[in-house]
Amino acid sequence: MSVLDVRSQVGEFLDGLGRPALIGYLPVGYPSVDDSVDAVRTMIDAGADVIELGMPYTDPVMDGPLIQTAVDAALARGTKVRDTIRAVEQVSGRGAPILIMTYWNLVLRYGVDAFARDLASAGGAGLITPDLIPDEAADWLAASDAHGLDRVFLVAPSSTPERLASTSAASRGFVYAASTMGVTGERATLGNRAEQLVADTRAAGAERVCVGVGVARPEQAAEVAGYADGVIVGTALVRTLVDAPDAATGRADLARLTSALAEGVRSAR
Amino acid sequence: MLEAVSDGPLSTHAGPYFGEFGGRFVPEALIAALDELDTEYHKALTDPAFGRELARLHRTYTGRPSPLTEVPRFAKHVAGGVRVFLKREDLNHTGSHKINNVLGQALLVKRMGKTRVIAETGAGQHGVATATAAALLDLECVVYMGEEDTQRQALNVARMRLLGAEVIPVTIGSRTLKDAINEALRDWVANVETTHYLLGTVTGPHPFPEMVRDFHKIIGEEAKAQLLEEIGRLPDAVAACVGGGSNAMGIFNAFLDDPEVRLFGFEAGGEGISSGRHAARFSGGEPGVLHGAKSYLLQDDDGQTLPSHSVSAGLDYPSVGPEHAWLHDIGRADYRPVTDVEAMDAFRILCRTEGIIPAIESAHALAGAIALGDELAGWTGDDGHEPVLLVNLSGRGDKDVATAAAWFDLIDDEPVVLADQGEQL
Repeated sequence: MSVLDVRSQVGEFLDGLGRPALIGYLPVGYPSVDDSVDAVRTMIDAGADVIELGMPYTDPVMDGPLIQTAVDAALARGTKVRDTIRAVEQVSGRGAPILIMTYWNLVLRYGVDAFARDLASAGGAGLITPDLIPDEAADWLAASDAHGLDRVFLVAPSSTPERLASTSAASRGFVYAASTMGVTGERATLGNRAEQLVADTRAAGAERVCVGVGVARPEQAAEVAGYADGVIVGTALVRTLVDAPDAATGRADLARLTSALAEGVRSAR
Repeated sequence: MLEAVSDGPLSTHAGPYFGEFGGRFVPEALIAALDELDTEYHKALTDPAFGRELARLHRTYTGRPSPLTEVPRFAKHVAGGVRVFLKREDLNHTGSHKINNVLGQALLVKRMGKTRVIAETGAGQHGVATATAAALLDLECVVYMGEEDTQRQALNVARMRLLGAEVIPVTIGSRTLKDAINEALRDWVANVETTHYLLGTVTGPHPFPEMVRDFHKIIGEEAKAQLLEEIGRLPDAVAACVGGGSNAMGIFNAFLDDPEVRLFGFEAGGEGISSGRHAARFSGGEPGVLHGAKSYLLQDDDGQTLPSHSVSAGLDYPSVGPEHAWLHDIGRADYRPVTDVEAMDAFRILCRTEGIIPAIESAHALAGAIALGDELAGWTGDDGHEPVLLVNLSGRGDKDVATAAAWFDLIDDEPVVLADQGEQL
C-alpha cells in the first residue's frame, strides 16, 4: 500500500475544521493515570481540537525540565506503556483525534507492528516521534500503512530543503515544525523563523504544517495560527497541573488556559 | 565463527550501521550538524595537513607513542607460562586514552569554525580531556556532569574549572552520566550553530561511533608494531574494558582482520548479574535505542532505561557502542562481565606486582585477564611459543585513590575521604 492509499485521520479532521487547530499535549500518568485521563477530557471540553498524549520515558531529550519533571513523577508512580494505550481508549471517541507522542525505544521494545495494531484498535490516530527520523523508520512506515495510522515527523529551522521534502513526503496527517532550535518549554518570543519554516515546509510539499515548541500564551497561539494549520502547546498546559495545589484546581486552571488558547487560535483567521 | 557480514575488512567498516546496530535516532534538529560533521571529518581524513597536525600534537603534547610494558610479575597471577603486555594509555597527557579522540575532534571544531564545545562526563576523565583541548585550542567549554558524579569526583570538577571550563551539575533524572548526556543533547539542539558536541566514546548517532573509533585506533596500531618489534608476532589475545567502548575499539581495531587474535571485552558486572546492580549490557541487556544509536541496552520490559551500577564510574553506563554490539553478534569479540570485587582485586595485584596504579576501569581488563587464566595457558601455539596477552591499560588510577583507599580500608583514624565504599570522590 502506498502513502496515498491510506486516509489520514488527523488530516481529514483538520481539513474539516476549516480553521487552524489547537493541539494540546499532556503526559499520561501525571499526577496519576486516572487524573491524566480526566485532564485530557477537560482539555477536549475546553476547546482542544487534537490531543497529543505523551508516553512517559526515562530519557526525553527533546523535552525541557518541566515536562521531564512531570514524566519522571509519572514513571515513579509506575506508569506503563500499556497505561498509555488504555488512556487512548478512554479519551478517544470524544471528537478529538488522539496522537501519541513517544520516544522510539518504547515502541521498538513493544514491537513496532504490535504497537501500531494496539494503538489503532484503541482508537488512536497515530504517532508523533521526536527522536525517529524517516530515514530510520522503515518498520514504522510499513506498520502505520498496515494499520491506517498517521505518522507525524518533525522538521526544524536547521532542516535542509532536501530534508524538508523527504520528511514531508514521509509524514501523514501533518508535519510538526519546531518553532525554534531547542527543547520544549515556554518562550517569551518565537521570532520569525517559525513562519519561514512553515512556508519552506509547505513549499517542500507538506499538505499541513503545525507549529510547536515554545508556544505558551493565547496571543502567541493567535500569532502562530495566522500562518500554521495548527498550534501545539505542551509545557504551559502541563504547568497548570504541576503548579496546582490539588487535582481539581489543576483541572480548572487547565480548562481556563485551554479555552484562552482555543480562543486565540480561532481569532487568527 | 565469523559470518559473512561485510564486504570489506572489518577494521574500516563505515557507519551509520554496524549490522542491525547504530543509526541516527536523534531529533531532526541535529541532522544538519551530524551531516556537517560527517562531511568535515571525511574531508579531514584525506587532508594531509590535518593528519600532520594531529600527529604533531600526539607526539609533542599527548606523549605518543605510549609505551608497551611487559608485566611478568602480574602475569604469574594470570597463568604459568603466559606473557602479558600492557599498552600504557595511562601515561598519556591527562591520564587516559580519552585525549586521542578529544584532540581529533577539537581540530575538527576549528575546521568547522565553531567556537564552543560541550561534553558529558561521568568519572571526569573525558571532561578533563575536553577542558584541556579547549584550553589548548582556545574554545569555550561547557561540561555536563551528573550531580552525583560531581560529588563523587570533586577533584576532577576542580581540574576542569582550573582549565577554564564551566562544569554544570545535572540535577534531573538519575543525576549520573546518562542524564549528563541528555542535557548535553538538549544544549546541542539549542546551540548547534555555534557548538560542537564533543562526545567522549564510540556511542551516539552516526558519525560518532565510526569517527571516535578512528581517532583511537592508533592504540592498537602502535601496540601491534611494538609487539612485532618485541616478540616478532601477533598476540594470541587482546583484552580491554568496555564502558561505552572507546578504548576497546581503539585497541581491537588493528587486530579485527587477524582472525587468529582473540578479542575480549570486559564490562562491569558490578555486584553480579543476578543482583541486578551492574552495567553488563551483553549479559543483562537486550537490543534497544538510547542516545541516538541502536545497541545492547539495559532496559525494562517497557523499554525504559534501567540504572546501571559499577564501582567504576567510567563503565557505569546502560548502553554500549554499536560496533561492539555487532562484533558480539557476529562472534568476532567475546564480552564477559567482571565484578567490582574481581576488578578491585586485580587493581591491588597490579599495584603490588608492577608498581602501576591502574584506573579502576582498566582494572576490569586486568581482572578479565586473570579470569582467562588457564584458558589462555592452553593456547600454546604449534611452534611451542608461550601464549601472549595484550591488555589495554586505558587509564591511570590517581583519580581512584580515594575509592581504593576506602575499599581496602587503608585510612587510619579520621577518614581523609568521605566516600562510601565503592564510590569515587
